[in-house]
Amino acid sequence: MYQAILIAGFGGQGVLSTGQLLAYAGMLEGKHVSWIPSYGPEMRGGTANCGVTISDYPISSPVVTEPTSLIVMNRPSLEKFEGSVVPGGLILVNSSLIDIKATRKDVRVYYIPANELAEELGSSKVANNVILGALLELTGVVTPDAVEKSLREVLPPHRHDMIPLNRRALEAGAALVHRSAAARAG
Amino acid sequence: MAKILMKGNEAIGEGAVRAGCRYFFGYPITPQSELPHYLAKRLPEVGGLYLQSESETAAINMVYGAAGAGARVMTSSSGPGISLMQEGISYLAGAELPCVIVNMIRGGPGLGNIAPAQSDYFQATRGGGHGDYRVIVLAPASVQEIIDLMQVAFDLADRYRNPVMVAGDGILGQMMEPVELGEEKEIEIPPRPWAATGRMGGDKKLISSLYIVPEELEQHNLKLAQKYTLIIEQEQRWEEYQLAGAKLVLVAFGTAARICKAVVDRCREEGLAVGLIRPITLWPFPQKAFAPVINEAEGFLVVEMSLGQMVEDVRLTVNGRRPVYFYGRCGGMLPVAADVVREVKKLYGGEGQ
Repeated sequence: MYQAILIAGFGGQGVLSTGQLLAYAGMLEGKHVSWIPSYGPEMRGGTANCGVTISDYPISSPVVTEPTSLIVMNRPSLEKFEGSVVPGGLILVNSSLIDIKATRKDVRVYYIPANELAEELGSSKVANNVILGALLELTGVVTPDAVEKSLREVLPPHRHDMIPLNRRALEAGAALVHRSAAARAG
Repeated sequence: MAKILMKGNEAIGEGAVRAGCRYFFGYPITPQSELPHYLAKRLPEVGGLYLQSESETAAINMVYGAAGAGARVMTSSSGPGISLMQEGISYLAGAELPCVIVNMIRGGPGLGNIAPAQSDYFQATRGGGHGDYRVIVLAPASVQEIIDLMQVAFDLADRYRNPVMVAGDGILGQMMEPVELGEEKEIEIPPRPWAATGRMGGDKKLISSLYIVPEELEQHNLKLAQKYTLIIEQEQRWEEYQLAGAKLVLVAFGTAARICKAVVDRCREEGLAVGLIRPITLWPFPQKAFAPVINEAEGFLVVEMSLGQMVEDVRLTVNGRRPVYFYGRCGGMLPVAADVVREVKKLYGGEGQ
């Protein structure tokens, strides 16, 4: 198993912490992981991205220039990174905030209204975990249990009341792609 | 012990504390500011001292003072700040004071930018300041290796009474990888009979790099030269990756070496006999790594995040026996594995000659 995942969006959307959560979960599962942020003279509302590599083998390069999976949380990120995904790879588009379609035909693309689904669950703050849940369902890169366990370790105890909501967000994302994959097959 | 996920810059700080460093003097600069940030919190926990100086010039002279008094001490900066420190580093080398200097290299020259680069190789490995001296330079390529090499850095500084530089870049500082910290050990710092800690009825102890009589300075220079020769003999470190039967050998350090490992993996999958030498000591340059491969290898490709600096050491080592090629990105740009693979294919089988 080798997954190089690029997560990109606006600064402040939590793309860096979502990537850290994923890396942490991979580490808890005993896999080789690395997390690498874009850094620079960043500002709130600018773009941010991080690359997460999770592998059964030692990671040669932590730099994610040709992702196997891409999560895009805003339109500039889709436009910028769509071309970098490896053929046969995966693109997850946050369709709540992105009003265009991907143009690639040689990758799998899923449109996930992450913010709407998160709001239905009770908070738009868990939009990232909706789309993360979709990634886990489609790739099996880590289990939802490992993500939940990571949350327990990285969140301070007084935030642990948020964990069930985050778990439901993961499940909502997974269920959505499960349904649309079934629809495609049918 | 369980692994934890750690940022490279924080790992430098934790590695230093675990190596017994108790004093840090420095001035903030991107892309290494998480390191002083970490130590500002961590050093007081272990009875150490963190001090933000008024400038890098002041910081390196505080290092001189603390090292002269026998402390395990370090500073850190990036490009422009390291340039400001060169006078002090030369004095530290002249006075034979042990210390560790971290340079998380950024794009230059001048103010350049804050993106990752390796363009301070010449400065690090050729002394950097004035006079005839060398600084031991270590180049980690992973967060775990940062932890391990910080201990090595302080030990080498003590063993040879010489400044040691740890050279990384913004990628290495910003990325997170799992690390095994191991047990926190009580570090016994070797005795320093030369330290200026008070005469106590014994001999006078003077920390100085001033030898005003040429005959005496020449003797001092020759003594330093003996030390540098010993370091060259004893301390070359490198990693070999897929070198068996390699027809084309990549040479890269730090972040560029990580990218080159991916290049080697891809080339090997396609049946191309490509390997990698990753220097861990930049000075002394690991010339010994080349002897076993030079007969089988048909050429060397040096990959750097600069216009080509380490390539000169590879050429000195190979000494005309094989062609030495160069591929680099600069200005804070990273080599892309696919581009390096293309370069390899161009050279493989002698097409580049």
